[in-house]
Amino acid sequence: MSETATEQVLTTKDGRPLKASLARALRREKLRALVLIAPLLIFVLLTFVAPIADMLFRSVENSIVEDTLPQTVNALQDWDPSSGEVPGEPVFAALAADLQVAVDLKTHTRLGSRLNYEKTGISSLFRKTGRRVKKMTEPPYKEQFLKADKKWGQVDTWQTLKQFSPRYTDGYFLSSLDAERTSEGLQMKPEDEQIYLLLFGRTMMLSIAITVSCLLLGYPIAFLLAQLPLRTSNLLMILVLLPFWTSLLVRTSAWKVLLQQQGVINDFLVWIGLISDANRLVMINNQTGTIIAMTHILLPFMILPLYSVMKTISPTYVRAAKSLGATDWTAFWRVYFPQSVPGIGAGAVLVFILAIGYYITPELVGGTSGIFISNRIAYHISSSLNWGLAAALGTLLLAAVMILFIVYDKIVGIDNVKLG
Amino acid sequence: MKKGVGDLMPSNRGASVRYENVQKSYDGEILVVKNLNLDIPPGEFLTMLGPSGSGKTTCLMMLAGFEPATHGEIFLNDRPINNVPPHKRGIGMVFQNYALFPHMSVAENLAFPLQVRNVGKAEQEEKVKRALEMVELGDFGNRRPAQLSGGQQQRVAVARALVFDPELVLMDEPLGALDKQLREQMQYEIKHIHENLGVTVVYVTHDQTEALTMSDRVAVFNDGVIQQLSTPDSLYEDPQNSFVAQFIGENNKLSGKVIGVSGNECLVELDDGTQLKADKVNVNAVGDRTTLSLRPERVEFEPASSMENLVQGRIEELIYLGDHIRVRMSVAGNDEFIVKVRNRGERRKLETGETVPIGWAINDCKALDAVA
Ligand SMILES: Nc1ncnc2c1ncn2[C@@H]1O[C@H](COP(=O)(O)OP(=O)(O)O)[C@@H](O)[C@H]1O
Ligand SMILES: [Mg+2]
Repeated sequence: MSETATEQVLTTKDGRPLKASLARALRREKLRALVLIAPLLIFVLLTFVAPIADMLFRSVENSIVEDTLPQTVNALQDWDPSSGEVPGEPVFAALAADLQVAVDLKTHTRLGSRLNYEKTGISSLFRKTGRRVKKMTEPPYKEQFLKADKKWGQVDTWQTLKQFSPRYTDGYFLSSLDAERTSEGLQMKPEDEQIYLLLFGRTMMLSIAITVSCLLLGYPIAFLLAQLPLRTSNLLMILVLLPFWTSLLVRTSAWKVLLQQQGVINDFLVWIGLISDANRLVMINNQTGTIIAMTHILLPFMILPLYSVMKTISPTYVRAAKSLGATDWTAFWRVYFPQSVPGIGAGAVLVFILAIGYYITPELVGGTSGIFISNRIAYHISSSLNWGLAAALGTLLLAAVMILFIVYDKIVGIDNVKLG
Repeated sequence: MKKGVGDLMPSNRGASVRYENVQKSYDGEILVVKNLNLDIPPGEFLTMLGPSGSGKTTCLMMLAGFEPATHGEIFLNDRPINNVPPHKRGIGMVFQNYALFPHMSVAENLAFPLQVRNVGKAEQEEKVKRALEMVELGDFGNRRPAQLSGGQQQRVAVARALVFDPELVLMDEPLGALDKQLREQMQYEIKHIHENLGVTVVYVTHDQTEALTMSDRVAVFNDGVIQQLSTPDSLYEDPQNSFVAQFIGENNKLSGKVIGVSGNECLVELDDGTQLKADKVNVNAVGDRTTLSLRPERVEFEPASSMENLVQGRIEELIYLGDHIRVRMSVAGNDEFIVKVRNRGERRKLETGETVPIGWAINDCKALDAVA
């Protein structure tokens, strides 16, 4: 009996193979799990992954030129931009044909503003030409174009057109890095036009400064909270979280009241005679203002992970260290502090990431010297409408954060980060 | 000869400890330690034994310097140490959960007390190596504590408390987290280390077997008071009060009233009228309520010769344990009366419900204070 049973395929009571039954049962489990996470999955895909993917795409996408001026782009292929000469009649003929269509569709102005990012003046060139192109019915077109606007007779207009005729471009990224492609090849923009590298650098430096000041202020607080009995520390924790109860705008504006030159702090310092009325401190609308206000706003994000890690460090470690002959300081530095490093890691990452993408506070208290790259991104999204550039800047910011993460992982170790 | 904290020669002598009228209160309302007087000679293995909450840890922490004494003075080698901070006391300590530093390797843990004492590199390595060999963990220096088993961590903790050659080592329930077998093994190992090094050890436990196995002397704590301080055998043989008799070993209780006293003996009438003679330990005069304490193995079952105390008991329950039979009886109104009967081949088979005579010597029956 038993021998024959082992040779046969194991079956369930109703005769189905056991393996198939098991797989079926498990499949149902898996399906159930999938259904449960589906809403969140869809939400994340729609609101997070898709926008980021779209952003990455927009930073290189450039089909507007070829879509609007297909014949011109085609005709320009034979033209050598480094020749120093304006293209010949066939190109102008193609341009005339393309523009006739574009004007009907009213797409020529959009192309104009797109190319205007690369070279100022092109927007008005296209609008002006667009008004005249209906009358250009007979060749030679070149002369008529030159008559409409003499910019058509300048080589760099055509260079720009040719350079941005491919469907994909690195132009936005080059602009983001203050570089450009000229007839002499890739080079940095002139000093006075450079802005983004400076902003990236400043964003990094200020974020680091904010992270460090959060750590310096937050560590002792978290340490104190972790030592106190639970009831007291819970009460004090509410105070730490109190800032979250008021709007970010209110808090930032409050800093304005405190820090401005006619503000509370300056008034007080003048009153006690520490500074003279003529030399009131400038603490707002500059980097100092940004650092102070953002340290205040981000401080809880440092204290919370620090506290939750410190809470898990048993006080017997410090006692053990002291019983082994360590002074208070040695016991802290060699035994307590190393065990709190995961909390520092978590807090620092949290604060830094939040700081590097912060927008409102620098906008309100940063003046011109205290704004971040995000403020520039916001400007391009809502004011200049140069979304491609905004996307490229955003992508670079994302990449910078990722690189920092990897470096951080190499130095500190990501498994050394503990959020609770 | 007295040794300084910085003296790192291998210790061949322990420190002496003296508690003088020490009191401790955490909240200003309840005395957790009530007037403790305790003298520990150099090299002794003294155990503080008592139920949870009886103040043992508090006494140890005051000695280590982590809790200030509310009143009284503690002396280490006849030097008052109330105002000496913990790190200057030079006392080794083993904590219940070992408190090995998780971010340091085993060797670094052991080197820590040497580093903070500015011991030279070469000497550090030498001492760490020797300490690891002492606890038979020679190859484990590079491991992290988390990579060791509970028993190995325990040994590292012991080695770390000894590596800087303290004259006094404190251990607060160091074996509490280990399973039974490992605990017994570690008891002997710690005992041997103590014998080899000659340090003074103050050991805290709530496990009476552990206390009896390891100690030179045991201080039984209850309610912040030392109930009895004596060697393990006299703790068992001559308990001074009902608490100690109850706490150490198994014990039969019979309560009654003293009706006569003559020398070291007294006559006690139990609540059901039975009269028994007992060793007068903790009763004063005729009329006192008392609890008689009697070890189960000292009760003679169906005694051949006539004994000083003879009563009848009814067998309630029989538990066969191989080398002996544990008999639960109802004696003089107490139906939790336990008798251990040696398993001798010739004995007839016992039946529950039987009534049999039992007896015991006066000396084995202690008249102690009455328990409520
Ligand atoms: N840090 C403390 N604060 C307040 N009360 C304490 C503290 N430590 C211990 N106690 C109290 O003191 C009493 C004795 O505690 P402890 O010395 O730890 O006893 P044991 O070690 O014998 O179990 C207990 O009632 C305990 O609640
Ligand atoms: Mg305790």
